[in-house]
Amino acid sequence: MFLELETQAQASALAVSPPMPSIAIRAYALVNALGVGRAATLAALRSGCSGLRPCDFPGTDLATWIGRVEGVETLPLPGRWARYECRNHRLARMALECDGFAERVAEARGRYGARRVGVIVGTSTSGILETEAAYRDRDAQGRLPRGFRYRRVQNTSALADFVRDYLGLAGPAVAISTACSSSAKVFASAARWLAADWCDAVVVGGSDSLCLTTLYGFAALELVSDEPCRPADVLRKGISIGEGAGFALLERAGGGSGLALLGYGESADAYHMSSPHPEGAGAAAAMAECLGRAGLGPGAVDYTVLHGTATRGNDSAEDRALHTVLGPDALCSSIKGWTGHTLGAAGILNALVACLCLEEGFAPHSLQTRRVDPDFSAHILLEPRHRPMNAVLCNAFGFGGNNASLLLGRLGP
Amino acid sequence: MRRVYIAGVGLLGPGLEGWAASRAILAGIEPYAPAAMPRPTGTGLPATERRRATLVTRLAVDVAGAALGGADPGNIVAVFASSGGEVEVIHGIFEQLAGPDRRLSPTAFHNSVHNAASGYWSIATGCRGAVDSLCGYDDSFGSGLAEALLRCGLDGKEVLLVAYDLPPPFPVAEFRPLSAPFGVALRLRASAAPGVIAELRGGFLPEGLPATRLDDPGLESLRLGNPAARGLPLLAALAGDRDAEIRLGCGMGGCLRLEVRPWF
Repeated sequence: MFLELETQAQASALAVSPPMPSIAIRAYALVNALGVGRAATLAALRSGCSGLRPCDFPGTDLATWIGRVEGVETLPLPGRWARYECRNHRLARMALECDGFAERVAEARGRYGARRVGVIVGTSTSGILETEAAYRDRDAQGRLPRGFRYRRVQNTSALADFVRDYLGLAGPAVAISTACSSSAKVFASAARWLAADWCDAVVVGGSDSLCLTTLYGFAALELVSDEPCRPADVLRKGISIGEGAGFALLERAGGGSGLALLGYGESADAYHMSSPHPEGAGAAAAMAECLGRAGLGPGAVDYTVLHGTATRGNDSAEDRALHTVLGPDALCSSIKGWTGHTLGAAGILNALVACLCLEEGFAPHSLQTRRVDPDFSAHILLEPRHRPMNAVLCNAFGFGGNNASLLLGRLGP
Repeated sequence: MRRVYIAGVGLLGPGLEGWAASRAILAGIEPYAPAAMPRPTGTGLPATERRRATLVTRLAVDVAGAALGGADPGNIVAVFASSGGEVEVIHGIFEQLAGPDRRLSPTAFHNSVHNAASGYWSIATGCRGAVDSLCGYDDSFGSGLAEALLRCGLDGKEVLLVAYDLPPPFPVAEFRPLSAPFGVALRLRASAAPGVIAELRGGFLPEGLPATRLDDPGLESLRLGNPAARGLPLLAALAGDRDAEIRLGCGMGGCLRLEVRPWF
């Protein structure tokens, strides 16, 4: 069985030739339970303080921990943006407005024209927290309040619409919703839009916000932990749900220096709706395709940001997949103990943490992980690591067995 | 302009029971008569999956299977496109959460994700290729086709596009009134092969030119009534057996311009 997996992964890697051209990451910004912006995220990752807290989300009575973003409640969308008002778009706007991101997009818009800048976002929740409230406020006939805004809030495309509108862009815009791999797959679609010359720049990203549907839904699946999540720990008990948003500005490289998307890989498990393939077959295929597309071997990967949800099944399957593709002792950690599992935003947050790691020569440890599952072969970081890195792999896996892997690195030879 | 080939079509909508049965109607040879759409069966799903699969998932699986002609999809790349996704499951969850007992059914929760249909389809077929699930509101079909064209034209992969939407139940229906259920699937190939129906060249135009309309008022009403039915002008061009140029709404701002050349 194991040999078969290796053959399959290798075949996937070989199927991609020649390597894709690197894509420049010209700007990026993120918001999560650790704080608003790159500096806040990095400072927290260095300090060792988790962003998780006992669940205090309004309307819940669950014995679990969450990664809630501080201050979302006090930052309503201003002026003409009020028509998009919802927690998910507030999070998105917080990310767009930090780290000078909106300004960098405006420069790209000036350079190329609004029609040549596209938007691809990933989300699983969209603005359904507001729909949950609207269902509680139904009238005697069961009708929703008149002010309910389906298109701009609840529909999955609402985030793409909001980001495009907010940034004054007029290129193509679409939302990808493949559960927890959503905002990793946006990089793959953007690479295709750039390769086809449909755009000169693409804003990619995602936003997912806390809501009762995901909190009670994951509780129903018995996948949530009653303590802060402990990825890869022998006593791991499940996920802590978080929220967050992040965005990156991608352009064709055209020389120069800076951060880059080197490769991407996508696959399906074809196994189960809410459990990963136990041997990590689909995950391995995505990672192998990613390396193949980058034209790099497993030895080029300095560090991996794990999907690392802290459920028993996911972490074991991911470890097996890592072993298949990268061999034993792959250096890795999960950020879920810091931010919680941000579901549809998990892919972009992993990718942007990979960018921070590349820029800072720093890899965070897997917080709350005390004793690594002895069955694991990967080297899970229990202490932060300070060392320059050239290529960081990151994983995102979702319901329906949907897998995506990205390789982040630098432009140039 | 990228060139790809259409090798199979799946179709299910009111008065349109499959591609073969609908060609003459879409070509304008026979009149269109709206009728209740037959209930999707989800026969491509194994029994355990079929029991759990929702109506919208069965619809997607049915048209996907028809486009593939029952063939094993191998490692085909699949792009699923839907505006509302699992509208009935999501409604049930909102009702449950609005009541005193907020405990959800685990099956309902994992069936509620936007990519439930693509997940069930990939489990049923064993397809381990890249499987995408996207949403572009009323432009979901055009956005999905754009993605499928790129995956096929750039990567040279065989691609299955599946677009589907069900009218949401009350009370959301008041705010998102779709007129009918509709599902369509296209099998795309990067090179010509026996059985190819048409050649397709497509590109994204950032100018928001109006989408191609249908002459028949019944079909035009259907086109406007469901995001997946926005693909009907492409199907009509395929059915017409003559070269055609059509435009589809694609990602809000722009449009997808397609040249369709039927093969005989």
